[in-house]
Amino acid sequence: MSLATPALGKDLTGLEPLSADQIRVILDTAEPFKEITERRVKKVPVLRGKTIVNLFFEASTRTRISFEFAEKRLSADTVNIGAAGSSVSKGETLVDTARNLEAMSIDMVVIRHWSAGAAAFLAARIPSNVINAGDGAHEHPTQGLLDILTLRDHFGTLEGLRVCIVGDVLHSRVARSNIYGLVKLGAEVGVCGPRTLLPASIEELGVTVFGRVEEAVEWADAINVLRLQLERMQDGFVPSLREYNRVFGITRERLESAPRRLLILHPGPMNRGVEIDSDVADGPHSVILQQVTNGVAVRMAVLYLLAGGAPHLAEAARDWTGS
Amino acid sequence: MAGVSSVLIRAGRVIDPAAGTDLEGDVLVEGGRISAVGAGLDGDGAEVVDAAGLVVAPGFVDPHVHLCEPGWEHRETIRTGARAAAAGGYTAVCCMPDTDPVVDDPASVGFIVAEGRRAGGARVFPAAAVSAGRKGEQLTEFGEVVDAGAVAVTDAGRSVASSVLMRLALQYARSFDIPVLAHCEDADLARSGVMHEGVVSTRLGLRGKPAVAERIGVARDLALAEATGGRLHIQRVSTGAAASLIRRARRRGVRVTAEVTPHHLVLTHDVLADYGTDYKVDPPLRTPSDIEALREALADGTIDCVATDHAPRHYDEKEQAFDDAPFGAVGLETAFAVLHTRLVREGALTLAALLERLATGPARALGLEGGTLEPGRPADLVLIDPEMEWTIESAGFLSKGRNTPFDGERVMGRVVRTLVGGRTVWRLGEDA
Repeated sequence: MSLATPALGKDLTGLEPLSADQIRVILDTAEPFKEITERRVKKVPVLRGKTIVNLFFEASTRTRISFEFAEKRLSADTVNIGAAGSSVSKGETLVDTARNLEAMSIDMVVIRHWSAGAAAFLAARIPSNVINAGDGAHEHPTQGLLDILTLRDHFGTLEGLRVCIVGDVLHSRVARSNIYGLVKLGAEVGVCGPRTLLPASIEELGVTVFGRVEEAVEWADAINVLRLQLERMQDGFVPSLREYNRVFGITRERLESAPRRLLILHPGPMNRGVEIDSDVADGPHSVILQQVTNGVAVRMAVLYLLAGGAPHLAEAARDWTGS
Repeated sequence: MAGVSSVLIRAGRVIDPAAGTDLEGDVLVEGGRISAVGAGLDGDGAEVVDAAGLVVAPGFVDPHVHLCEPGWEHRETIRTGARAAAAGGYTAVCCMPDTDPVVDDPASVGFIVAEGRRAGGARVFPAAAVSAGRKGEQLTEFGEVVDAGAVAVTDAGRSVASSVLMRLALQYARSFDIPVLAHCEDADLARSGVMHEGVVSTRLGLRGKPAVAERIGVARDLALAEATGGRLHIQRVSTGAAASLIRRARRRGVRVTAEVTPHHLVLTHDVLADYGTDYKVDPPLRTPSDIEALREALADGTIDCVATDHAPRHYDEKEQAFDDAPFGAVGLETAFAVLHTRLVREGALTLAALLERLATGPARALGLEGGTLEPGRPADLVLIDPEMEWTIESAGFLSKGRNTPFDGERVMGRVVRTLVGGRTVWRLGEDA
């Protein structure tokens, strides 16, 4: 990739549209930003003067806070708009929201929306950079990136790595972003869960389907455990949480039966005792808190690259304290 | 041109799919009706229309349009819809009762008939609801609505969930010899879906409607039609499985007709990759193998009607996230050109067969007089230039709806003139 061409396009709507090289550039750019988080003064001025709106149509704590930290550590000016109490709750359409943002010359918009395709919809209508922070069951690209970064930290490479995503793949944007990203980077991807929660023709995305979690544990190097939303039980996808835990839960016994030491990821928030047992979540296999740390670094990298920052300057940006 | 009682359409390629004729010749119209078809007819003072290089055929009949009036006039009115129909070569349309209020009594049927007469486009034939308010609970007064001008009953866009009510409807409709137009779908299975359930919905993270929902709905309604002897017309077939069921039912002698839309014949779910809401239709666009099966069923007559399911939407409604945008696409002004380009010119269907499915089949399904050039029938005619190449531009539509999946598409074959009862209601270049 030539240094003159931007590493990414205008937006980050998902990992599916990215090339393997683009994903690697984001991961590599995240490396120098990790260190800023460990400093006493956690701030560099690379986005000084940029305005960013965090537009959250759907409630979110960790993703919103992670983005906000990333933005503030890059010295951007940020505004948070939540669905409750904003014009959104007064029936304003997404297209009108977009026009208003455009009129205010916002540089970047981070959007979380309940509808698949909402980030791309917005991106097509405003000149600002748009970052998808989760659109329905479609994609959550920065979550996918931070999961992949965490895997790379531990295994050194993703080539040939076997990663199994366990749980409610049907409704999961995290699963889709992980699948797209991991497959592009040469990992082998498995999915495992009750058939009621695996989407139609999922194997056509290049993944292996496991009907039982024992098979997944036998096969995988790492397991990414998805949250089981409690409403899935009310909707009848699974008969009971007790049975889900018994059949699909990631328990210490299951990990101990694995032929190799498994790495356990979880995008959070966890339902302890449902999809994951506490002694796994808090145990030595778990990298759940490292995921959170990497989340800020990955988001800094995405913001930096979309703002036009050159990948090879990220290290300089780290060392540059400005004034 | 009003007031001219005789018209001689001269020297065209006259195709009457009902009679199986395809000849170079003339069509003479007198008193609003066809009086003769043949070579070298003597017009004797009639207005002469030169049809050299043109195809002359029975006007198209659309068994499934939404004219949105009363209640949704920002989408379409009876007037704009009837004129858009004429511009697409349609001389008759059957409009759905899913208006606000629902067309479920003689007064609202009468309103549509009267507005249709005033519209000055295609003839407008209302379908009334099967159940009061389309609620699926109690039959409407079929006798009353038929007397007021309804030609069919349907709950339009909703399957009649109760098998008890559907059976009663098919039985009761026999007394009036009208078809029940059925949206065949298992409502529970299809409810939350916004596109076809398959690899594309999985990729996009959108909720899918499984093909099996249609298969179950079609199987049930065919079984009820067979058991009751009622006339069943299956709307908007979208799956190969449904087409197979209909083929077998026809062989058993079940009184069933069926329709398919142009978009289901040429587009697959792959076009949704960018969440384009103009491709959001119900039933959803399916797979390449479904398209193959639908084309085969249209060619062999299993599906005997093309219907547009013309469903105009305001641009504000389609300019939303995919989940929030309504289903529906317009089709009246593009149906012939799209199918002529994509099916006839590519060898999947003969021109005569396409004209049959656009005119004769639907007229027969609805029990209307049109769809043929037989002397004595109404002079509902279309003149087509099969060689004219043009670009579909939604901005120029007579319909209020711009929501076409074919905007900007280069097509070949264009309707150049439409006559209803011998009177020209639309002519290329003279309108808009």
